[in-house]
Amino acid sequence: MAMNTIGRPTAAVANDAAAPTTFSGARGLLQPTSLIFETGSIDRTGVDLPPVKGVKSRLGGVARTTSTGNPGLSEPEAVRHYVRLSQRNYAIDLGMFPLGSCTMKHNARLNEKMARLPGFADVHPLQPVSTVQGALSVMDQLSHWLITLTGMKAVALSPKAGAHGELCGMLAIRAALDAQGQAHRRRVLVPESAHGTNPATAVQCGFIVDEIKAAPDGRVDLSDLKTKLGDDVAGIMLTNPNTCGLFERDIREIADLIHAAGGYFYCDGANFNAIAGRVRPGDLGVDAMHINLHKTFSTPHGGGGPGSGPTVLSDALGPFAPVPYVVTRTDGTLDLVEHEVDSDGEPFGRMVAFHGQMGMYTRALTYMLSHGADGIKQASEDAVLNANYVQACLKEHMSPAFDGVCMHEALFDDSWLEGTGVTTLDFAKAMIDEGYHPMTMYFPLVVHGAMLIEPTESESKASLDAFVASMAGLAKAAKSGDTARFTGAPYHAPVKRLDETRAARKPVLKWSPPVEANKIAAE
Amino acid sequence: MRYLPLTPSDREQMLAKVGVASIEDLFLDVPEIARLDGPIHDLPFAQGELAVERHMQRLSNASVAAGSVPFFCGAGAYRHAVPASVDHLIQRSEFLTTYTPYQPEMAQGTVQTLFEFQSQVAGLLACDVANASMYDGSTACAEAVVMAARVTKRTKVVFSGGLHPHYRRAARTLAKHSGLEIAGLPMAINDEAAVLAAVDQNTACVVVQCPNVFGTLTDFTELAKAVQAKGALLIAVFTEAVAFGLVTPPGEMGADIVAGEGQSIGNSLNFGGPYVGLFATKDKYVRQMPGRLAGETVDADGTRGFVLTLSTREQHIRRDKATSNICTNSGLCALAFTIHMTLLGDKGLKHLAQLNHEAACETADAVSSIAGVDLLSESFFNEFAVRLPGDAAKAVEAMAAQGVLGGVPYSRLRQEPGFENVLLIAATETTTAEDIASLADTLKKVI
Repeated sequence: MAMNTIGRPTAAVANDAAAPTTFSGARGLLQPTSLIFETGSIDRTGVDLPPVKGVKSRLGGVARTTSTGNPGLSEPEAVRHYVRLSQRNYAIDLGMFPLGSCTMKHNARLNEKMARLPGFADVHPLQPVSTVQGALSVMDQLSHWLITLTGMKAVALSPKAGAHGELCGMLAIRAALDAQGQAHRRRVLVPESAHGTNPATAVQCGFIVDEIKAAPDGRVDLSDLKTKLGDDVAGIMLTNPNTCGLFERDIREIADLIHAAGGYFYCDGANFNAIAGRVRPGDLGVDAMHINLHKTFSTPHGGGGPGSGPTVLSDALGPFAPVPYVVTRTDGTLDLVEHEVDSDGEPFGRMVAFHGQMGMYTRALTYMLSHGADGIKQASEDAVLNANYVQACLKEHMSPAFDGVCMHEALFDDSWLEGTGVTTLDFAKAMIDEGYHPMTMYFPLVVHGAMLIEPTESESKASLDAFVASMAGLAKAAKSGDTARFTGAPYHAPVKRLDETRAARKPVLKWSPPVEANKIAAE
Repeated sequence: MRYLPLTPSDREQMLAKVGVASIEDLFLDVPEIARLDGPIHDLPFAQGELAVERHMQRLSNASVAAGSVPFFCGAGAYRHAVPASVDHLIQRSEFLTTYTPYQPEMAQGTVQTLFEFQSQVAGLLACDVANASMYDGSTACAEAVVMAARVTKRTKVVFSGGLHPHYRRAARTLAKHSGLEIAGLPMAINDEAAVLAAVDQNTACVVVQCPNVFGTLTDFTELAKAVQAKGALLIAVFTEAVAFGLVTPPGEMGADIVAGEGQSIGNSLNFGGPYVGLFATKDKYVRQMPGRLAGETVDADGTRGFVLTLSTREQHIRRDKATSNICTNSGLCALAFTIHMTLLGDKGLKHLAQLNHEAACETADAVSSIAGVDLLSESFFNEFAVRLPGDAAKAVEAMAAQGVLGGVPYSRLRQEPGFENVLLIAATETTTAEDIASLADTLKKVI
C-alpha cells in the first residue's frame, strides 16, 4: 500500500462493497436533520435584547399567560439547522429546472442587491409621499416598461401574484360590464387546457365557467368557441402562448369574435416570457393581462412566492383599475391615488393593503434595465430556440404531443411509454436521480400523461446537450425493460419516494409533543 | 448580454438541428400585423451592472429611509430589528432559487420549513392549525371572510369599526363579487363588541381586530361565544404579530378563524410588500381553508418526510370548485418569519414584545403630555391613537419637513369626518429615548 513517511495511506483503494449505514444518520456531506421542536428549547434564544425596564403595563387586562410552545435556538444552532435543510432542496443555482409553465430562469444577484437598498427596503408604505419619491419612481418606471412592452394603456401594479392579477383583470371586466348596464353577462369561456387558476378566478369574481374544447392541433377549437358565444358572455380567458407551448395563431380572430359578441378578452400572461420584446399583446386585441414578474422578469420564486402580478389594461378597462396607483403632479413630483373618491376613473376597489410587491418591482426593474429592449427580445428568442432544440433532440426518443415548432416549452405525451410499465410520475422521479428537477407532469390536462419541458434562455447549449443525453438514456432504459430504475425512484435523493396518500388521509399539519402524538396514533 | 449563454454559433447550430433557417421561422404563428421588426422603441438598451446600480442607487437616495430618522409609522407595517442571519439564510441559493415544492423528494428543505412555520404560527396564535402563509394580512382577511361564508352557507359579513380600513376594503372587494352582503360599522376607537348587534340569521361572520387599527386591545372571549351561539363565526384580525408575545392570542379567546400580517417578524418594511399573511383556524374547518398546507408523512423506507397535502382543496386539482384561486404562498417571507421566530423562541419573543410595549408607553406619555394632544387608546400594545388640535396629515407633513417621521394620519387610510385630527403612532424596540424626545419636540412645534 502507498504510504507517506508518517504511515498515512495516500492512494485510493478500490471498493465495491455496499455503502454501510452510518451511526450518525449522516451520509457524508448530507447531514441529518431534525425539527426545531426536537432540538430547541423553550428557554433558549438566539437574539440578545436590552433589559426590560418594568414599565407599568397598559394591556387593559388582555395579557398573555400561556407559552407559545415555540422553542428557540442559539444563532449557531439556527444557522446550521437551516443550512442543513437548504441542502435538501434543488434549485436553479444547482442545475437545470425545466419545470414547464413555471419559467425557472436565472435570478441575477444584482437584483437582490438593489432590492435591499435602504430607499426601497427600509421605507414605510404610509410615509408622506414627499419622503418616498424614489420608491414611487420605481413604480412609475416599472409601469412605463410594462405598458410599453405590452402595448397596453394602463397597469395596475398591486396584485400580489399571477392568480391575484387574474382576479384584478376579471374584476375590471366585471366592473366595466356593470357600468355599461351589462350585468347579465356572467358566462366566461375558458379553454380546457387553461391553468387551474383561470376557472377558479372566474368563479371568485362571480362568473360561471364554460369550457371550450381544444382542436387536434392543441389550440382553441374556433368552431366550438363560436357556438358558445352569446349575449350572456362576459369574456374569454385565454393563455397565449398557451399551456401546450403553442401560439394561438387565430388569436386576432378570437379577439374580434369575443369583442363582436360584447365580451372582453382576458389573456393569461404566464407565458409572456416567450414573446416579450417581440410581440405586444395590445396588438393582438387583448383587454387585460397579468404579468408574472417572478417568471418573465426573473424575481426569485423563493420556494413558492412571493410572486407579483401587475395587470395591464386596455383603454376600455383602464378607468376601472383598482387603487392605489401613481400619478405625476403638474410640478413633476409623483403622488399616490389611494382613495376611490380621489380617482378620475371608477376603480373597482382595493385588492390589498398598501401598494403591492415593492420588493419585486425593484428586482424586475433592475432586470429590465440590465436586459434593455434588445436583451429582452433576445431572451425571448433564446427561450423559444432552447425549447425547440430540446424538442428536436428528444422527438426520436419520446412522443411530442403536437407536430411542428413550439414556443418556449416542449410538450410530450406518454404514448411512448405504453407497455413499459413506467408512468410519467415514475419517469419524473428517475429524473431526480439524474440530478434534474422534473418537468411539469400531468399538465396540461388535454394531453395524456403530459410532460411539459421549459428550459428557459438561461441554459447554455452544453447544458441542454447534457440534459438531452440524460433524458435519452432514461427513455432507452424505460423501453428496454429497466423498470425498477423508475418505479423505485428516486434512489439518490435525501428521501425515497414520499407517501402523499398517507399525508392526506390523516393530516399531521403541525408538530405535537411525542406523548400527544402517541395518543393520536393510538386513537 | 451577461445573462444569456448562447453564442451566435450555438444559435446557428441549434436552428439547423430544429430544421429552420432563422429565428423568425419559430414565430410564424404570430399574426403578421403583430410582428415587430426590431426591439421595441422608447425603451433603453442593455446596460452593465455598474450603470444599472447607479440608476437604482439614485432612486434609492430620493427616498427617506426609516432607519435614518426618528420613525413612528405603523398602521399595519412595523419596523423591527431583524437579525443578520435571517437575510443571509433566505438568500441561500437552495431557498431563494427554487420553486413551490411540487417534487417533495428534492424540496425537503422548503416543505420542512413550511411545516415548522405552520407549527410556530399555530403556537403563536393558539390555534389548532395554520396554513403555509398567504400573500399578506389583508388578503388573508379577505380569504377568511369568503371561507366563513363557505362554512356557514350564509352571506352576510359584519366588519368592526376598529378593523384596518385597507383590510376592510380588500375583503369587501373579494366578498362582494362572491355575492356577499357587507355590513361595515362606523369607525370606532374602542367598540369591537358592537358587531354583535349586527349579527342576524344570515350572518356568516364578524370581523374584529386586536390590537385594532387604533391600537386598542379587546378580549373577544364572551363576544366569540355570543357570535357562535347565533351560528356565525368570529374572525380575529391582527396587523402586528409581535403583539402575541404579550397579548392574549386570538385562539385562546375562541376565534374561529385568525388572519393577519406576519411582516413584523423577519421581514423589512419594503414599502408595503412583499409581506406574509398568517392564517389559522380550528381543526374542524381545515378542509375549508384556502392556501397551501405542508404535512408529515413517510417515504418508501419509512423515514419521516414532508409533503404538500390536502391539495384537493386547491385550484390545480379542483379548478372552478377550488376553495380559492391562490396558487402561491409567500414562501421566502414565511421562511424569514420562521427563522426569526426560531432565533427568538418563546423567551425572546416575550422579551421583544415587552420592549415594544415599554417603548410605546414611554412615547404615549411624552406625546400626551403636550398641551392639546389627547391619547385616545385606553389600552394598547406598541401603537396608539392621539387626537391633535388640528389636521393630522398637515402635522405629519410638517414634522417630515423637520426630519421626523411622526406617525400615520388616520385620514391616509380612510377619509372619514371626525377623524381628520387622529394620528396613529407606533414604537418598537428600534425606538430610542432620543427618538421619543425628537418626536415630542417636533410635534409641539408643528401643532
